[in-house]
Amino acid sequence: VALKILFDRIDEPGLNTLEVYRRRGGYDALEEALKMEPDEVLAQISASGIRGRGGAGFRMGQKASFLPHGDMEKYLVCNADESEPGTFKDRELMQKSPHMLIEGIIIASYAVDIHRAFIYIRGEYAHQADILEVAIAEAVDAGLLGERILGSGHSLTLVLHRGAGAYICGEETGLLDSLEGKRGNPRLKPPFPAIEGLYHGPTLINNVETLATVPAIIRMSGEEYAEIGTETSTGTKLVSVSGDVRRPGNYEIELGISSRELIYDLAGGPEEGREIKFWFPGGSSSPVLTKDDLDVPYDFDSMAKAGSMLGSGAVIVVDDSHTVLEVALKLAKFYAHESCGKCVPCREGTNWTVKMLQRIESGEATPMDLDIMASVQEQIIGNCLCVLGDAMAMPIGSMVEKFREELEAEIEAARERAAAGQLEDVIPIGVADEHAGPIPVH
Amino acid sequence: MSAGGRARIRAVPRFGHGSRVPGWDEAVDLTKPPAVVPDLNVTPVPPELRADIEAAMAKYPDRRSAAIPALHAAQELHGWCSPEAIEQVAAVMQLTPAYLTSVATFYDMLETQPKPRNDVYVCTNISCSLRGADEFLEAMHEAALEDVDVNVRAFECLGACDIAPMASVNGEYVGPLEPGDAARIVEDLRAGKPVLESKQLRYRKCVDPGVAEGAQDFSPPPADVPRADTAGLGPEGDTVDRPGPTAPIEIPREEAEE
Repeated sequence: VALKILFDRIDEPGLNTLEVYRRRGGYDALEEALKMEPDEVLAQISASGIRGRGGAGFRMGQKASFLPHGDMEKYLVCNADESEPGTFKDRELMQKSPHMLIEGIIIASYAVDIHRAFIYIRGEYAHQADILEVAIAEAVDAGLLGERILGSGHSLTLVLHRGAGAYICGEETGLLDSLEGKRGNPRLKPPFPAIEGLYHGPTLINNVETLATVPAIIRMSGEEYAEIGTETSTGTKLVSVSGDVRRPGNYEIELGISSRELIYDLAGGPEEGREIKFWFPGGSSSPVLTKDDLDVPYDFDSMAKAGSMLGSGAVIVVDDSHTVLEVALKLAKFYAHESCGKCVPCREGTNWTVKMLQRIESGEATPMDLDIMASVQEQIIGNCLCVLGDAMAMPIGSMVEKFREELEAEIEAARERAAAGQLEDVIPIGVADEHAGPIPVH
Repeated sequence: MSAGGRARIRAVPRFGHGSRVPGWDEAVDLTKPPAVVPDLNVTPVPPELRADIEAAMAKYPDRRSAAIPALHAAQELHGWCSPEAIEQVAAVMQLTPAYLTSVATFYDMLETQPKPRNDVYVCTNISCSLRGADEFLEAMHEAALEDVDVNVRAFECLGACDIAPMASVNGEYVGPLEPGDAARIVEDLRAGKPVLESKQLRYRKCVDPGVAEGAQDFSPPPADVPRADTAGLGPEGDTVDRPGPTAPIEIPREEAEE
């Protein structure tokens, strides 16, 4: 029997309502937590070993323990700006079980003595935001939010904030700037948000899935939760599988199962007669893996050991009907469009990578271009305030490394086509790029 | 990209050597004094917009946090973030129009150019493009040519790769799409009907086979709870009885025959 913690009977009609959620034992964990001391709750979270589900995989208990104690304005921000290409797990969770997230937020805020919380949801998730808004109102009416929650001494206000379409706002400091009503430019770290975040106050930022797991941790106890999964990657994880598979969608898996099981047994693998060429194990920002890596266990450390990362848990499968160049160009264009422009290596590096890939398409490139491209990627990594540039540099770098032969063949073929005059004009970026809109502002 | 898609995109004027022609972005007149914070007493602001913005400002410790919600509200009312719309928001929030313009130009969903009222965002990111998003975008551009009130845009990942290729039509996610669905979307928009209802994401069940386990424990929600499909919150005042999330999606006969 597959273990479901977050997706347990998630399609039950009316689960989004407080009534059904409570009938199923919802908010019991909150009542239990409020009977404990805040430190005990935090100890349970730490004992569970849960690692952040948003991308970085940082231990939630450790992050929460960085927050200073004492009487000051502290904030909790739930990152619901799920915009990493390939990721759609939080969407399903928020749409179908919004109270699970709200309960997790209340418990987490109690553990670190926070009285103001925000959910930053991406503007495109209009339906999910409407659902959350109704759920928050229900919780307020039932005394689960507001002053003296369930008769305890803990108070919390929770505000839902809708973004307006910017990938960079999923980066925690970009998100904070955006939540403060500014352009979503990332900030210099340190100070980290746990010390100085929203409105200069200490801020705990966690992903939707991480916070939604908190009630289960309290219900089961941290030690019991830590039994699930592997030693360093505890628990279950929602994985979004998409691309060239027969059953794309969200799957809740125990961390540490083999990637083959996830891609073939659960998601159905590629269409008949097709073979996997490469796959992204953790969203479009993760270095690609090939079909030789399918037996790598799906957990944080094994993915890191295989030279990639678990990231947000979004598996994008590309089969052999697509070229590496086509995917690389999509990817680079995306990051070039979403770069906020604050740091030069990212702003220029993403745009130059697009131009270099377009040179391959237009038959102007030579194999040396691949070396230049690889070196541009190296110059981006680690040289910016945030990891948006790295997020392009890592997968592109890995594609050049792993598919050099194919790219070289592509270069040759395009040169021949160009010499024969068979090529369509390639539109340079920023001129009539379909993403640029009327005025290329980014 | 098709020729059809390309023709609709306004190119930036450039010199032969590639530099942008000055004024391509309609830069502000630098000889004019900068706009100051508008006076709320002399700037006409529609009362409902003012109420919306003030309600948003009250939710945050710092009123500036309401910039995005306020601009959203103004865009809803004016159709786009026009200079007048920004002026009105600036007057209520007591910020400069320049500040709000800087915010509005940063975000993809806030438009600083006039746009048609209906938004069709077609996801063209990796997962969708692997499954034919570019062909759909082309078809959508074609279909929208006949209708002036549809704003078709290629958009970055909308977070619904499970229904790839997909689009967000005025915020409603639909997919998986085929080029043939483009005309139907325009038709539904024109008729004011729910768009492509059989393909709306809100009715999609979780694909994880383990989720149905324990389904025997399901009991119907209490009768007095409004029968919201997994929170199928329709638009306000909407009384249409839609299939719930666990009900099989009924495909209209004419569509099934196609």
